[in-house]
Amino acid sequence: MVKVKRSEMFGGSVINLLLILTALACLIPFVIVISISLSSEAEIAARGYGLLPRGWNLTAYRYVFKKPEQILQAYKISAIVTVAGTALSVFAMSMAAYCLARKNFRFRKAFMFYIFFTMLFSGGLVPTYILVSSYLRLSNTIWALILPGLVNAFHVVLLRTFFQKLPPALFESTKIDGANEFVIFTRIALPLSTPALATVALLGGLGRWNDWFNALLYINTDSLVPLQYLLYRIMSNLQFIAMNYNTMPEFARDTSAIPSETMRMAMCVIAAGPMMFVFPFFQKYFVKGLTVGSVKE
Amino acid sequence: MKSEYGGKDFKDNLIMCAMCLPVFAYILIFCYAPMFGLVIAFKDYRVDLGILGSKWVGLENFKFFFTSIDAFRVTANTIYLNFLFIAAGTAAAVVLALLLFEVSKKWLIKAYQTFIILPSYLSWVVVGFMTYAFFNPSIGLMNKLIGGVGGAGVDWYAEASVWPAILTIAVVWKNIGLNCVIYYAGLTGINHEYYEAAAIDGAGRLKQMWYISIPSITPLISIMTILAIGGVFRSDFGMFFNLTRDIGTLYPTTDVIDTYIYRALRVLGNEGMSAAVGLYQSVVGFILIMVTNTVANRFESENALF
Repeated sequence: MVKVKRSEMFGGSVINLLLILTALACLIPFVIVISISLSSEAEIAARGYGLLPRGWNLTAYRYVFKKPEQILQAYKISAIVTVAGTALSVFAMSMAAYCLARKNFRFRKAFMFYIFFTMLFSGGLVPTYILVSSYLRLSNTIWALILPGLVNAFHVVLLRTFFQKLPPALFESTKIDGANEFVIFTRIALPLSTPALATVALLGGLGRWNDWFNALLYINTDSLVPLQYLLYRIMSNLQFIAMNYNTMPEFARDTSAIPSETMRMAMCVIAAGPMMFVFPFFQKYFVKGLTVGSVKE
Repeated sequence: MKSEYGGKDFKDNLIMCAMCLPVFAYILIFCYAPMFGLVIAFKDYRVDLGILGSKWVGLENFKFFFTSIDAFRVTANTIYLNFLFIAAGTAAAVVLALLLFEVSKKWLIKAYQTFIILPSYLSWVVVGFMTYAFFNPSIGLMNKLIGGVGGAGVDWYAEASVWPAILTIAVVWKNIGLNCVIYYAGLTGINHEYYEAAAIDGAGRLKQMWYISIPSITPLISIMTILAIGGVFRSDFGMFFNLTRDIGTLYPTTDVIDTYIYRALRVLGNEGMSAAVGLYQSVVGFILIMVTNTVANRFESENALF
């Protein structure tokens, strides 16, 4: 056997150089945002943003943490929506996916089509908006953030494919012992499917954590604003921070004293930063979600 | 065989029906009810009268949209930008996967992957912050860079012509890590003996890449592209809305069907017309998926969607 050395192509170093440049290109925007947040407002005003902090200081963070209630509340809402939404979603979808994987389920084909059709055609934004706001009256409740998108047809298919790969003999032997389908599902199918459940939970969880659109549509109440929507508000209204902090007695009413440029980026770092250290640990599950097959049996 | 249709089987099916009930009910309310809700595309919708109570107006809403200059603009923008994203995204992901495949050290592959996937975890809101850091006209990095070499700064958020390029770069940047994974997985599936045989015949790494790696993943590239074309009538609302900051001067090149629907609903408050555009998008989108899936099935049915 000839052992092929993969690193030999034009010295391997060219390849690695290109890959290092790509990795850097992926990282630089992160570095810039962090650098701005650590710069001094006066330096930014004079010399503009830079790749490295200009006049290193923590004033922006001090300002944010002087009044942390808003960002803490947003963290709380995002956490509740992510955890509750993902738990409900995975529970409901895995029950349905299990049934779809069982050959003795009479409505298997019909139910599969019923779910699959939603991937091909949808009512779109307007009827959904009217349904949620005018008919279900969920606006300005946490349910407006949890319920839309709770069932994802693609994730149901992904779970079903996994359940189908479990040996049927396992189910049958438990059945002979008198267990019903729900018991088989909870005692046999679920414990054996943790990788698939983790994949779906993480994909859904990432989507919920990063969701701001449902809040844009349905939330006006400040106490229900999730993290990403808080950031959206800060960006869409560049005066937002200044206005917000202007009401505070301990600061001068002169809004130009507030480090709004650096503070905006500090908010961005505080809001998005922590999860950037969490998600990479689950990378293999995100990757797995991409490489599963089609809807076909 | 008899027991399959006996009382036990009936009981099992009853339990399974109950297990499917949450998803069944959810989809009925959140997916099928809105499909029927599309009738408001043919109505003059008023909140106080409700969907059923509102007056029928026939094709008025469609007429309003299709006779405006917006119809052509948003349709053309949606398709043009999606084709840009597909072409650039696929090329970048394939090249990166080929490069990654040439690396032999496992830990190094993992390290590269971790970094290039990092942007995929961000929300478009955060990417909007990053875009702003680059393109802020007074203190942004791009203008500082241009100023540094003596050029005149550009008022980026007023210059519609540059945004297709900016958006394409942003999409490639954010999605390259995960797209690359798909092609990298395809490459690792190639039989190693081909490379060994080629090496014995004296083919260098570049020749091996050209004659083995690339032809081997061409079917995968084709199928991914065909399936992506099925979605060219839809766009990622979050990207358009956050990166362009919904600035009106950028609409000529960045207004797409999804952003138009949103504005018609929330800014103009014209539910009927907005729903009509949504119906137009859903119907054309449905046709596109059916066509591309048929093509994909002919081509290589294993990878077709259904």
